[in-house]
Amino acid sequence: MAEEVKLMKGNEAIAHAAIRYGADGYFGYPITPQSEIMETLMEEKPWETTGMVVLQAESEVAAINMVYGGAGSGKAVMTSSSSPGISLKQEGISYLAGAELPALIVNVMRGGPGLGTIQPSQADYFQTVKGGGHGDYRLITLAPASVQEMADFVKLGFDLAFKYRNPAIILADGIIGQMMEKVVLPPFQPRLTDEQIRAARPWAATGKTKNRKRNVITSLELDPARMEENNIRFQAKYREIEKNEVRYEEIGCENADYLIVAFGSMARICQKAQELARAEGINVGVLRPITLWPFPSEIISHYADKVKSMISVELNAGQMVEDVRLAVNGRVKVEHFGRLGGIVPTPDEVVNAIKEKLL
Amino acid sequence: MAKIKGAVVVDEERCKGCNLCVVACPCGVLALQPKEVNDKGYHYAYMKNPDDCIGCASCGYVCPDGCISVYKEKQ
Amino acid sequence: MNDIIKPENLVYSKPRLMNDNPMHYCPGCSHGVVHKLIAEVIDEMGMEENTIGIAPVGCAVFAYNYIDIDWEEAAHGRAPAIATAIKRLNPDKMVFTYQGDGDLAAIGTAETIHACNRGENIVIVFINNAIYGMTGGQMAPTTLEGMVTSTCPYGRNVELYGYPLKISDLVAKLDGACYVTRQSVETAAAVKKAKKALRHAFENSMAKKGASLVEFVSTCVSGWKMSPENANKWLQENMFAKYPLGDLKNI
Repeated sequence: MAEEVKLMKGNEAIAHAAIRYGADGYFGYPITPQSEIMETLMEEKPWETTGMVVLQAESEVAAINMVYGGAGSGKAVMTSSSSPGISLKQEGISYLAGAELPALIVNVMRGGPGLGTIQPSQADYFQTVKGGGHGDYRLITLAPASVQEMADFVKLGFDLAFKYRNPAIILADGIIGQMMEKVVLPPFQPRLTDEQIRAARPWAATGKTKNRKRNVITSLELDPARMEENNIRFQAKYREIEKNEVRYEEIGCENADYLIVAFGSMARICQKAQELARAEGINVGVLRPITLWPFPSEIISHYADKVKSMISVELNAGQMVEDVRLAVNGRVKVEHFGRLGGIVPTPDEVVNAIKEKLL
Repeated sequence: MAKIKGAVVVDEERCKGCNLCVVACPCGVLALQPKEVNDKGYHYAYMKNPDDCIGCASCGYVCPDGCISVYKEKQ
Repeated sequence: MNDIIKPENLVYSKPRLMNDNPMHYCPGCSHGVVHKLIAEVIDEMGMEENTIGIAPVGCAVFAYNYIDIDWEEAAHGRAPAIATAIKRLNPDKMVFTYQGDGDLAAIGTAETIHACNRGENIVIVFINNAIYGMTGGQMAPTTLEGMVTSTCPYGRNVELYGYPLKISDLVAKLDGACYVTRQSVETAAAVKKAKKALRHAFENSMAKKGASLVEFVSTCVSGWKMSPENANKWLQENMFAKYPLGDLKNI
């Protein structure tokens, strides 16, 4: 069969990919700039084809708790929102992590703080990779830089979430969500049957059969010794994820004198800046973290011994730069350049920042 | 008319001595142990006047801890 | 007496689905009786393997320790949202939430109203004892006027804190709710009646009739600072006036 190449928005690609993945449910609440995800799902009516449930909840809080409920029953469920709505979901995300439930969350980031703006931003980096909700937990964080990756990361996110029984998030921004590009949609895969779910996810609350003890989905453990054990188990899992799941893209980094670290839409802009800089004789590489947690610290550390300096270019006031500096550990200068509040820098601005801060 | 005969068995360790079964009994059968306590320190319920029990199970229905079994002789 | 105590004469005992874990509730607490009724109804309907309960935050947070079915533990107030998803994704399962008045009528008001308004085929078991029990007896939305709690130590003043919230009356107005009833468990007769109501609610959920809410007007011996017996009397004399028993809606 020939590849199905389509032209669509990143948000639409997420919706189509979810249906094709065989997701069991989507629970959302409208917010710009990601409303096309639920709109597309409603338009596609997957409940008539794959049996996928799509529900508009009364709030982001309800939506993430619907995800908790569905995930607890062993189903592949997801939600999406944008920054202010993701703030509301933090409680539920912490509970998902605490109850070790797999689920997929999508954040199509917009400028903040507060109601902020509907224009693109990457200012939820800290919220996403450092916690956001309460407690010592981690969120598997995938940062797409194209509509293709919006589609592809649905499966990747679900697969990782189920592999580790931990929520995963696609951390996109308004540019990736809204822009149209060609995309090859993933093939359809069938939803798991209830029997398959019971076999593959024996921990789920699927109805207590006589041959097992009751399954209880909970994050509560009042005995501090046992709660510490739970936390130690979580941390061991997080170390495992850090060992196995780091993903990044190196774009002309070999033999570069300077390194740009950028994710998502900024990585695209930085690639253009890289071309412009090279035309001026400045040899710049671009390293694009694809997983923001686990963070590609090792490869950045590797380049710390090779380049003269680094710059983290972000649509925020300097968030990922802290992780870059931790990876570099003082061996080279690490600068930050960013625009705030929904402004997206041009490639020229990035080149100027390199000249001002690195040369 | 022959009197209906019943009997109550209290799970003494489960009982918290809340007294609701005593209040619910229409025949004054039950009471809390005046001195004896269970491992948790509760004065548990017991049949003070076993001959008066009619096996109506009112005590069982209102018991919050499910510590009461009621038996009733079939006529 | 030993002649009477034999298996064929057994007329009442702890429900089969209630396990032997000692319950953490205070002596005389209504929760235990309602737990028993739920366990009995699930068993009598033959739904043991097909029921998923959602436990709340509050005193009943450990409900999952006592009834031998699968459970999910909710964040405070979110049980109806969780139940919504479980039921929609598993329509052949019997799904219920178990919530107190703080959980259902304060922090979870939106989830309660909207799940019922959508006509989710779930049962909401609502324990209304007019107080926050687990956190130490604070004022609830359902606290009666003049009633003393640790956060209204001089009695609930409606000018300051508003009026007791009759949330079941609100739910009864919703087109998605098929059955809303107020029950109690302070006497054997009330317990028997309440069990019938609960069974009706669970049957509604499997018959896809919409949302059913069974409110249990209950006591809180520790929060009210009364003996269980006196709490039951206070319940009858004060709570029933504001929260009268009976069906608010049954279609």
